[in-house]
Amino acid sequence: MESTILKSENFSAWFGENQVLKKINIEIPRNNIVAVMGPSGCGKTTFIRCVNRMHELTNDTHVEGTIFYTKNDIYKMDPIILRRFIGMVFQRPNPFPTMSIYQNVIAGYTLNGASLRKPEKDELVEDSLKKAALWDEVKDMLHRKGTFLSGGQQQRLCIARALAMKPEILLLDEPTSALDPISTAKIEELLFDLKKNYTLLIVTHNMQQAGRVSDKTAFFYLGELIEYNDTKEIFTNPKNEKTQNYITGRFG
Amino acid sequence: MTHLDSELQLLKGECISMWNLVLLQINKTQDSLLRFDKDLAREVVLNEKRVNAYELKIDRDCENIFALFNPVAVDLRFVLAVLKINNNLERTGDIAEGIGKFIVFTETSFDKNLLEVAQVIKMFNEATSMLAEVLTAFEKEDTALARSVFKQDEVLDNINLKANSVIADFIRKNPDKLEQALYILSTIRKLERVGDQVKNIAEEIIFYVEAKVLKHKKDK
Repeated sequence: MESTILKSENFSAWFGENQVLKKINIEIPRNNIVAVMGPSGCGKTTFIRCVNRMHELTNDTHVEGTIFYTKNDIYKMDPIILRRFIGMVFQRPNPFPTMSIYQNVIAGYTLNGASLRKPEKDELVEDSLKKAALWDEVKDMLHRKGTFLSGGQQQRLCIARALAMKPEILLLDEPTSALDPISTAKIEELLFDLKKNYTLLIVTHNMQQAGRVSDKTAFFYLGELIEYNDTKEIFTNPKNEKTQNYITGRFG
Repeated sequence: MTHLDSELQLLKGECISMWNLVLLQINKTQDSLLRFDKDLAREVVLNEKRVNAYELKIDRDCENIFALFNPVAVDLRFVLAVLKINNNLERTGDIAEGIGKFIVFTETSFDKNLLEVAQVIKMFNEATSMLAEVLTAFEKEDTALARSVFKQDEVLDNINLKANSVIADFIRKNPDKLEQALYILSTIRKLERVGDQVKNIAEEIIFYVEAKVLKHKKDK
């Protein structure tokens, strides 16, 4: 039986007076890819930003309810520690522009003041780039700037940077929306490989992508979790009319 | 290999397994007719449930691939072809079951001379060979081999065309064997339908590999 790695209970979030998440209850099984989809403003990005405590970095926000990472209430954890277990990749590839590919991969350590010996760094860089399916393409230019890479390669570099911290969960906020179809396909194949060792939560506007890559799909609408089920069920026989109308393109 | 590629490979594997089961069903039906082996015929009837289970599984797999992967071009044609081949195989399985029931219902063994003059064993051999050849064509994406069954089907059609007069003649000479003669006539009709199912399958293979629609065309 699959064990739950992440669980929210009656979780709500606000920007000022505006409630953007309403009592979300969801359980994320380990080693699954869970797609979070819904129309703009439905709260999907806010939800994953809450999962690694980035929501609170914006002024005048607050939350209620709980999110458990394994058995730990994430709002009782040190957010810096939490983010080592729960990494994040953003919509636009954002390698550090002044750093080389090599430095980008280990940036999580250097920016936190961790000192690693050269062989450790070399191993970490190679291992992370291999896991991100980028090693073969960049192994001969590790000391060039990350920004020289194509958009798709930059995004895989960002995934390698997140993986270098050895997380258990990877949050991906529309990771392919700025990429061409070939780069998108590469990232999707990568996600599929990564789920052997990680749990992935992917926010996507692209319904075909949710269908192709995910095991489970959560449909959010106006801050509520409308439906959450196996992706096959959501795409062949959604139980809620709103989900059906959204995935068939009748609204949103 | 992409995720979709591996799903398509699995689907192809399922389809081939169903195909082999249906071939086995036809072979067992032929054996049970020749040896008048009612137990074997009962086994064919019971095994029809397995064919039906394959049909449901392949239908569901195709539905999921359409819904989750939105296949296009050759991938789309492949899934559409499998969906229809699935249906043709299931019908062929029904035919084996139907003939199996005739054998179960018949009281006395079939007259050897009747089987000979009606050419029913020849029909079985031809139908089995056609079904096996389109399976190879499917596995190897060999459209020339798929086309070869259109010619072979004429053998089945010709035997079927002569069947009325052959069976009528047999009944006149052997009025006491009227019932089994009628079962053999129905068997011939069913085997002729196997030829049509195989032709449909061949058309689907050609559609999937070459993107050509041969359905309802006289010159194939």
